[in-house]
Amino acid sequence: MEKIDRRQFIKVGIFTTAGVLVGSFFGFADSDEKIDVKTFDDLLKYEWGYIIDTSRCIGCGACVRACKIENNVSDNYYRTWVERYEVNKNGKIRVDSPKGALEGFRQDNFPSSEIVKSFFVPKLCNHCYDSPCVQVCPVGASYETPDKVVLVDKEHCVGCGYCVQACPYACRYIDPEKGTADKCTFCYHRIQKGLAPACVNACPRSARIYGNLKDPESKIRKILNTRRYGLLKPELGTNPKCYYIELDMEIK
Amino acid sequence: MESLDSFVFPNEVHITWTVMIVLYPYITGMVAGAFIVSSFYHVFGMEKLKPIARFALVSSLAFLLFATVPLLNHLGRPDRAFNIMLTPSFSSAMSGFGFVYAFYMIIVILEVWLSYRVDLIDKYTNSRGISKFIYNIIILGNSNDNEETRRIDKKLVTFFAAFGIPVACILHGYVGFLFGSIKANLWWSTPLMFIIFIFSAIVSGLSVLIFLYQFVHWLRKKKVDQDSLDLMAKWLWGFMIIAVILELMELLSIAYERTERWVVLQQLITGKLKVSYIILQIGVFSIIPFLMLTVTSLIKINLKLKNLLIWLSSGMLLIQVLLMRWNVVIGGQLVSKSMRGFTEYFPGFLDREGLIVSAVIIIIPFILLKLFDGVFPFFEKSENK
Repeated sequence: MEKIDRRQFIKVGIFTTAGVLVGSFFGFADSDEKIDVKTFDDLLKYEWGYIIDTSRCIGCGACVRACKIENNVSDNYYRTWVERYEVNKNGKIRVDSPKGALEGFRQDNFPSSEIVKSFFVPKLCNHCYDSPCVQVCPVGASYETPDKVVLVDKEHCVGCGYCVQACPYACRYIDPEKGTADKCTFCYHRIQKGLAPACVNACPRSARIYGNLKDPESKIRKILNTRRYGLLKPELGTNPKCYYIELDMEIK
Repeated sequence: MESLDSFVFPNEVHITWTVMIVLYPYITGMVAGAFIVSSFYHVFGMEKLKPIARFALVSSLAFLLFATVPLLNHLGRPDRAFNIMLTPSFSSAMSGFGFVYAFYMIIVILEVWLSYRVDLIDKYTNSRGISKFIYNIIILGNSNDNEETRRIDKKLVTFFAAFGIPVACILHGYVGFLFGSIKANLWWSTPLMFIIFIFSAIVSGLSVLIFLYQFVHWLRKKKVDQDSLDLMAKWLWGFMIIAVILELMELLSIAYERTERWVVLQQLITGKLKVSYIILQIGVFSIIPFLMLTVTSLIKINLKLKNLLIWLSSGMLLIQVLLMRWNVVIGGQLVSKSMRGFTEYFPGFLDREGLIVSAVIIIIPFILLKLFDGVFPFFEKSENK
């Protein structure tokens, strides 16, 4: 057998290693899923908005559960939740949201014979046009995407909690596991692929509707053009992008 | 748990800013207050305050060095703390924090160094071995000491003291601004907040100086400088009146306007904050020191009794300011943004942000102050002169 000298041995070794590396790169990197990278200009064509039809919600809590599973939300904190409003015949009102309605609502707060009116109100981040949370973030970790979704950069957030204080809707919290701010993202990872946010997907009553506010033909635009709606705490000048159909004055 | 008639949003069950955020304005308040007192002597030439001026300055430094500890302990990601200076987002009031703090720290350190230069050179000349080496580093290898250097040092000290007053007000007023500018919070959102914070800072600064000054002299069995003490007590009396009246006027105007805000806040101060605000902060720890200081300021009484009353009121006002910080920081977060209820908060004893850690954070600056006394003696020198 021919003797291989040291130089040749190293040469063969290097080529073999390089071959395996390059080959495996092609072997594993190629995925079937086509990655659709949107450009900045593409994103500018969108402005994501949300409609909550309080007359349709039945308080089943499917949206809360879907959100928790989809986004791996920490226990006892909520990116979305459902509130229940019950009014009795004396005009007294009681509001509750046990575990954010994660398990729905079990018992009435008044004897059911006394209840004259009741309704459910889902809540989530309003993704305001003028978000106080983005304004107050000292490190720029809270930001607005070109398609007008308010997000948190969890790799950059220091967890000071200033944004939690600034949000008038209590939609933010400090994630106890990561130590950073957390909130609803409109399921940004889903809407970028053309999928509906998990809560919208889960709602059996179409009480939650999302869409592109910039598209005059979108469902959300059409509803806003025909129905009456309200915003939460409009006096604070946050300009929310969650529109509430049949917003009762008791809802804050 | 929430009762039936009260509702808080599900994310409000845990409050975000804990007792650590109570301590931060408390400590910076003492920093700013003590600094301003030292400036009264350096800038405005109030000779009566000379015995306390250096002590005030070094206290300011001791508290300043520890002011960020509660903040770091509170941050969800303290490892990223420097992001605030690396990537500041200037739309946020908080983004200036690192710069204001660092700037103020530089001013205080320079002023301490300049006003102690002569003593440090003295120590350097009289020491040997390692301590000589350390003193040499502290004086930056410059042991020049003559009439001319002293004159320049004094000029610089005056300059930094004068420059430091607005910066101290900014450092602390700015904390008040952080709270006062949060429109989402009914109890915080008022433009008066930063003014109230500045005055309460001066109260806590004067209180801590009077308290320690008397305490240290009592420990060392030395006589206090009565003129200096009387002057400070009178100022404390004046500033505490302004601070308390401002706060009450603020409340009065909200009450008189009778908007929805008052409906909610009324329940807060007569409910959750009844003990800590109405009874303790206003009732016990404002009115009693006010009465005691009124007596010491206006009526001639036995000197021993007078000094005791001054000491007691300074101690009580220290607690009053701490209560005020608690009632602002925690009180504001107890109100649900749903305007329908109030949440609960108790810091716990052994938690990371609990009471024992808080006590340690409060005590450490005092220990540091004791250590500083070895390097920068506060009182003896001035008394000998």
